[in-house]
Amino acid sequence: MEAALGLLRRMPPKQSETALSALLSLLPQHSSDLLSQVDLPLQVLRDGESRKDFILCEYNRDADSYRSPWSNKYHPSLEDALYPSSELRKLEVEANDIFAIYRDQYYEGGISSVYMWEDDNEGFVACFLIKKDGSKSGHGRRGCLEEGAWDAIHVIQVGPEEEEMAQYCLTSTIMLSLTTDDESSGKFGLSGSIRRQMKMELAVAEGHLCNMGRMIEELEGKLRNSLDQVYFGKTREMVCTLRPPAEIVQMRLPDT
Amino acid sequence: MADEEDELPETELSYDQKKEIAKWFLLNAPAGEINYVAKDLQAVLCDEEVYNEAAVEAFPVYNKSHMIFLEMPSGAGDVIVSSYSEITENEYLDPRTAQVALVDHVKQICTKVRPAYDEELPSSYTEEYRSALDAEIQRYVSESYPKGVCAVNCVKGKDAEGPGSDFELVVIITATKLSPQNFCNGSWRSIWTIDFQDESQVLEIKGKLQVGAHYFEEGNVELDAKKEFQDSTMFQSADDCGIAIANIVRHHETEYLAALEVAYSKLPDNTFKDLRRKLPVTRTLFPWQNTLQFSLTREVEKELGLGK
Repeated sequence: MEAALGLLRRMPPKQSETALSALLSLLPQHSSDLLSQVDLPLQVLRDGESRKDFILCEYNRDADSYRSPWSNKYHPSLEDALYPSSELRKLEVEANDIFAIYRDQYYEGGISSVYMWEDDNEGFVACFLIKKDGSKSGHGRRGCLEEGAWDAIHVIQVGPEEEEMAQYCLTSTIMLSLTTDDESSGKFGLSGSIRRQMKMELAVAEGHLCNMGRMIEELEGKLRNSLDQVYFGKTREMVCTLRPPAEIVQMRLPDT
Repeated sequence: MADEEDELPETELSYDQKKEIAKWFLLNAPAGEINYVAKDLQAVLCDEEVYNEAAVEAFPVYNKSHMIFLEMPSGAGDVIVSSYSEITENEYLDPRTAQVALVDHVKQICTKVRPAYDEELPSSYTEEYRSALDAEIQRYVSESYPKGVCAVNCVKGKDAEGPGSDFELVVIITATKLSPQNFCNGSWRSIWTIDFQDESQVLEIKGKLQVGAHYFEEGNVELDAKKEFQDSTMFQSADDCGIAIANIVRHHETEYLAALEVAYSKLPDNTFKDLRRKLPVTRTLFPWQNTLQFSLTREVEKELGLGK
């Protein structure tokens, strides 16, 4: 299992789907472990009734059907399927509406879906998903990207309320890939994924949605930042180590 | 949420399927990481026979496409493993020393060298051009790459005896930086093909640069950049050709590096913004506390045509 995760960490991020399915076929006995520890780019389905797209994941799946957060119906339809309680569904509806505005403000496009379900210890779990195609032909406002995909998966566990406080445990994954192609720099592609966790105990006075939203906003911002600054920065450093820019070489020359 | 599991078919993979999967992992290993991939792969496969066969097939392909360089015994320098220097699958010519290196692909070592046979070497006419260019490229690489290795191979018209025949030289520059302890590896590969056309007295130059970097500390992020170039210059004496070609290579590679820097500098405020902004369009954090008012705001935005 450790070796399998090691392989996934080394394979090109763009090949993660192929890598995972290869591992699943080699290690069928570890399939549940693998699927729970590895995230894959999100898929989208059309909810014809609501005329809106929704995102598919393990959390809205039952058998081979997926529940739309807009109509609360399974696609394809399914008898005796699982649904959240009506109280939780109310929160889910509200979360979907608000998260769509959040998504618009940060992403200027894209698709979002929120799913919730009760868990075993009297709390609940919520999953906030965003998928954005930032390419020229997609929702890229600036038209910089030949290809650009962003998938965000935020799973947040909310503990039972105790003395007006609740425990929140958020796990966020970002997967992205972007390619630019122009005269001077040719094809320039960056892709990757990172996952981080954040735990907090918060007062529920303003409501769960407010708390979850703030945590997601903070962690998502941090992840974006570290991809931009740290991860992309490291690859840039690497390029400069391989072949330093002329100024640096010239500065070094007098010594040699 | 649904029950996972118990739905995946547990069909046993055939020997060939396993081998193909194993090869796929090996061939997709980032620069300098094939041995780590091999180790994990062996643990996952638990089948030495399949692994060995996959390794024997995949390593030569990987070594050649990554243009790895291996130290030759007796301190004769490095030999580059590439399709341009390949004599047989396990033998690679080092044109500078006129030696042939015997390579163990899976171990990634050079086990032996032997002097090249005459028919493996270019004629004295093409060798004059080859060695003049090699000297200039060596100088350029030593000035511009802290750890670059280069070679100039004659790939066509090896037996051209003098003016009146065409021939082709290929310049290879390869540099890798591996720091597994920092979870960071990278490679730079340049291939410059120079077509010496006797009739038109022109050198057609084609370049292919490929830069990769992999950073995987608590994540997995990869840079994959490539670009192709085209240029030409006049057919002159061997020494002048060498200088002219090396200048062209230097010029394009320097420009390319600058262009990569520009691409990186555009990321935060431009390119990356098309995926997700740093701050919302409102430039302030999302007002979660006012969520109830949002539905209203959105209606207003829609009516004013602001919302998209």
